[in-house]
Amino acid sequence: MLFYSFFKTLVNKDVVVELKNDIMISGTLAGVDQFLNLKLENIVVNEEKCPQLASVKSCFVRGSVVRYVQLPATEVETDLLQDATRKEHSNQVAAAEKTK
Amino acid sequence: MSLAKVPSREKGSSVDEPLDLIRLSLDERIYVKLRGDRELRGQLHAYDQHLNMVLGNVEETLTVTVVDERTYEERVQVKTRNIDMLFVRGDGVILVSPPLRTG
Repeated sequence: MLFYSFFKTLVNKDVVVELKNDIMISGTLAGVDQFLNLKLENIVVNEEKCPQLASVKSCFVRGSVVRYVQLPATEVETDLLQDATRKEHSNQVAAAEKTK
Repeated sequence: MSLAKVPSREKGSSVDEPLDLIRLSLDERIYVKLRGDRELRGQLHAYDQHLNMVLGNVEETLTVTVVDERTYEERVQVKTRNIDMLFVRGDGVILVSPPLRTG
């Protein structure tokens, strides 16, 4: 759930999503869910590489087709992220211990 | 043969599983090999059990093999790109390691 919470903090920020088929979509993050599916608005795509989406304003992207999401560095608090990662990791270990 | 467990005085200081190894690299620069002949070098800020990651100050390296149709000669091209802050989806990750020392 870590990255779900992380993406929720980035809603309404501008991101660039790079898909596994090399399409780059630049837009405003409108929403995210637990599968890291993304909703983007006011999208801009490279017309030569992706003419199909040239006239599309909003889209839903299935999380599994994402390769990268380029984020605004200024919006990311790296200290909080690292602390949350450590906590998430110890939660994972505790959950694994419980099921043994 | 039993595996000796390192006694942990503070929470989470023993290395038991592979993900613990990655935890040691938090806030350090790491090297990530991805599917599609891609490599990343960046500072690890976050990761999870799927190996989704957030990296900062990233340099992506793409290795492209170009075959000349006439001479059948293979040329390897390397393209790089720099990104300030990047989320990487875990299903593309092959391996994670401290940066490789070259030369």
